[in-house]
Amino acid sequence: MTHLGYLLVGWGVTLGVIGLYSVNLIRRGRDLIGQVPADRSRWMTTEADEK
Amino acid sequence: MTTTTASDTTGVRPRGTGSRTTFWLGSAGLAGVVVLILLGFFAAPADDDQADAVRMIFIHVPVAMLTYVAFSITAVGSVLWLWKRSVWWDTVALSAAEVGVMFCGLTLFTGSIWGRPTWGTYWDWGDVRLVTTMILFLIMVGYLAVRSLDGDSATLATRAAVIGIIGAVNIPIVNRSVTWWSSRRTLHQKSSLTDGNLEDLTLFTMMFGLAVFSTLMLWMMIHRFRISWLERQVSEGNLSEALIARRAEAMVAVETGRVGGTALPELGRQPGKAEIDEVEDSK
Repeated sequence: MTHLGYLLVGWGVTLGVIGLYSVNLIRRGRDLIGQVPADRSRWMTTEADEK
Repeated sequence: MTTTTASDTTGVRPRGTGSRTTFWLGSAGLAGVVVLILLGFFAAPADDDQADAVRMIFIHVPVAMLTYVAFSITAVGSVLWLWKRSVWWDTVALSAAEVGVMFCGLTLFTGSIWGRPTWGTYWDWGDVRLVTTMILFLIMVGYLAVRSLDGDSATLATRAAVIGIIGAVNIPIVNRSVTWWSSRRTLHQKSSLTDGNLEDLTLFTMMFGLAVFSTLMLWMMIHRFRISWLERQVSEGNLSEALIARRAEAMVAVETGRVGGTALPELGRQPGKAEIDEVEDSK
C-alpha cells in the first residue's frame, strides 16, 4: 500500500481526537451530575436503570 | 435500561449524560468506524492518479461536510436565541459550535496530510478553499472564546450568536470557492461528488463514512448539550443559594435592629427559620 504513513497519521489523528473528545464529554458529564439534584437531570440514565 | 424524563422526579441519581438513545448511537458509531476502516483500507480500490492516498477521502470529505452542518446548526440556534431568547436553541448552538470546531480542525489537518502526497505541499496560501476554511475555523474558535469569558451569560450568548451568524455566512463561500475562484491558481479540484468521477465502491465508502461520522457527531452533540444543561443548573443553583443567604442575612439584620426600616428582600420567598439560624451560627 502506498502512502501508508500519511494514511495512518490522518486516520489515526482523526479517530483519536474524536475518541478523546468523547471520553472527555463523558467525564465532564459524570463530574457535573453529582452537583445537580436528580429531578433536574433530565433525559439521563440512572444507576437503577442500568441494573 | 430506561431513561428519566422531566416528569420523573423519583430522586434516583443519574450516573452521567448518557441515555438509551446515546447508548445505541454510540454503539452504532463505534461499529461503523470498524466497518469504515475495513472498507476504506481493504475493500475500496486505489486511484489511478493518487494511488492509495485517495483513501483519505473517506474521512476528509465527511468531516468537512459535517463541519458545514454543525456551523449551520450554530447559526440557526444563534438566530433563534437573538429572536426568541430561546435558551434551548442557544444551548444547541453552543453544542454544535464546539463539535464543529473540532471537525473543522480535523478537516484542515486531514486536508494537509492528504495534500502532501497529492499536491506536494501541506499548505498553500494561494488556495482559496484552504484560506477560507481557516478563516471559518478562527471565527468559530472566537465564538467559543466568547462563550468561555466571565460575565453575564445572556450578554455573552448574544455576542457569540452574532459571531456564529458571521461564521455561517462564510460557509457558502468556503463551499463554492473552488467554482467562484476557478480561474485562479488553486490546488483544490471541483467537487468529486458532483462530477461523478468516483468509482462505485469509493463513492459508497465515502457515503458510508458520512453516515458514520454523522452518527458520532449526533452522539457528541447530545452529550455536549446535556453538559451545558447541567452547567446551567449548577450555575442557577449557586445563584439561588446566594440569594437565599443574602435574604437571610437581611432578615437577621432587621430582627436584631442593625438595620432600620423595612429593607427586606422583595425577591421571591422569605428565608426560613433554619436559614436564619444558619446565618446566625456562622457569625
